[in-house]
Amino acid sequence: MKPGPGTYRTGGKVYASVLGLLSERPPLVSVIPLSGRYIPKPADVVIGTVTDVQGTFWLLDIGAPRWAPLHMTGTPWQVEIGETDRFLRVGDAVVVQVESLEATGRIGVTMNGEGLGKLEGGTIVRISPARIPRVVGRNGSMIATIRQHTGAEVVVGQNGRVWVGGSPEAIHRVSEVLRIIEANAQHSGLTERVESYLLATMPTDVRGSEPPPVEHAHRDAPPRVLDSAEPDEEAVDAEDDTPNTIEPGEQ
Amino acid sequence: MGSVGAKEVPVLLSPEGLRIDGRKLDELRAIRLQVGTLHNADGSAFVEWGANKVMAAVYGPREVHPRHLQQNNKAVIQCKYNMAAFAVDERKRPGLDRRSQEISKVIGEAFESVVFAEEYPRTSIDIYIEVLQANAGTRCAGLVAASLALADAGIPMVDLLPAVAVGKVAGKIALDLKKEEDNFGEADLPMALVPQSGRLVLLQMEGHMTEEELSRALDLGVQGCREIYEKMKRALRERYSTGPVGGSS
Repeated sequence: MKPGPGTYRTGGKVYASVLGLLSERPPLVSVIPLSGRYIPKPADVVIGTVTDVQGTFWLLDIGAPRWAPLHMTGTPWQVEIGETDRFLRVGDAVVVQVESLEATGRIGVTMNGEGLGKLEGGTIVRISPARIPRVVGRNGSMIATIRQHTGAEVVVGQNGRVWVGGSPEAIHRVSEVLRIIEANAQHSGLTERVESYLLATMPTDVRGSEPPPVEHAHRDAPPRVLDSAEPDEEAVDAEDDTPNTIEPGEQ
Repeated sequence: MGSVGAKEVPVLLSPEGLRIDGRKLDELRAIRLQVGTLHNADGSAFVEWGANKVMAAVYGPREVHPRHLQQNNKAVIQCKYNMAAFAVDERKRPGLDRRSQEISKVIGEAFESVVFAEEYPRTSIDIYIEVLQANAGTRCAGLVAASLALADAGIPMVDLLPAVAVGKVAGKIALDLKKEEDNFGEADLPMALVPQSGRLVLLQMEGHMTEEELSRALDLGVQGCREIYEKMKRALRERYSTGPVGGSS
């Protein structure tokens, strides 16, 4: 077996280099990390905040090891050189998609595409990127439950940032739910648990009447969730930990 | 260091061969390791080791500050060891001093030799070690805490880095000195081990030892490191075990 991601080979043996779960898919042995910063993958939809404005591009903090440049041509707007700050300023939040990853570590992102754009108002909640598949749920079941019971707008970034818009009350409840999911990601029956929490905390004046369907025309980024391609879900339950440390592997 | 109330040297070794706190010569102090104690950091750990209390936080890989330290082919590792003013009996003057700079440097360099820094070019991995309560051996406790925090931050490494000090107390080689033994003992030899390769990546010495004593001290230290290594692995497993259902909600 060959050493895959999260491993290294020395002296004819393969060892884990990160804390995670063992994955043996011939011909590769790899370790799927349980923690750590967001590592960008092409086509990931992520939420970032502007950290720097230059003449032709913005730098975005997407929680990755590096800041990601968003070039003015990668936006749906007609931007003149030197006028970038008329569109986005430091601190603004955006939904973008990872377009290219270079060997130097440079992360190219674009704002051209469905569901991408600037985020107005709302709050960004940060959770571990490894927990995002649980927030989305199977076929988006979890996120649908959250939207239905809170009436909030929710945009999930693969980088572990979740943007929540709506009434302060709705934002608070969604934040609480995200905290519950993050703390209990390894347990099963999470959707039911979240649902019961949401029903128990339903504000009295709204109880009974179904929350209105989420449809907000004013935003250029309609709530949209990209289901992660990852085979997560049960992964954490598997508990066959290859705890970070050396795990003398096969040749 | 500093003046300890008593003028005379305490009895460091009883006639039965037990140390000031009742330990045997090759016995570690009680150690409690907790991973993931801080929410804001990418990785963190809290270590209670005897009367030492040390917190470590790791951020990164992230953008390098200051910019000129950036390396095009690998991540830079920046380590900051700091001791709180209230960590010792007599108030420690806060801030940078020669001692903390030295410790930051040797710990940072120890990690440089185990972290796969080439995987994250032009970034920085920042390690912060805060000593909240000190009782000899804080650099080793700090190193262990930082190593767990790095693992918690998902940073690729050759291995965890257990560390321990060996010293010479009342003429005998002893593992893991506590404060009185460090103050009144004859030598102190902190070390950090890469269990995977058996290499030492930190080794310092204060005091005097014969060649024969040094070699025995090294053997004892390596043995102590391996013991700590097992505790470190257990602490990491605990963090991610499924554990009892419950918690919040």
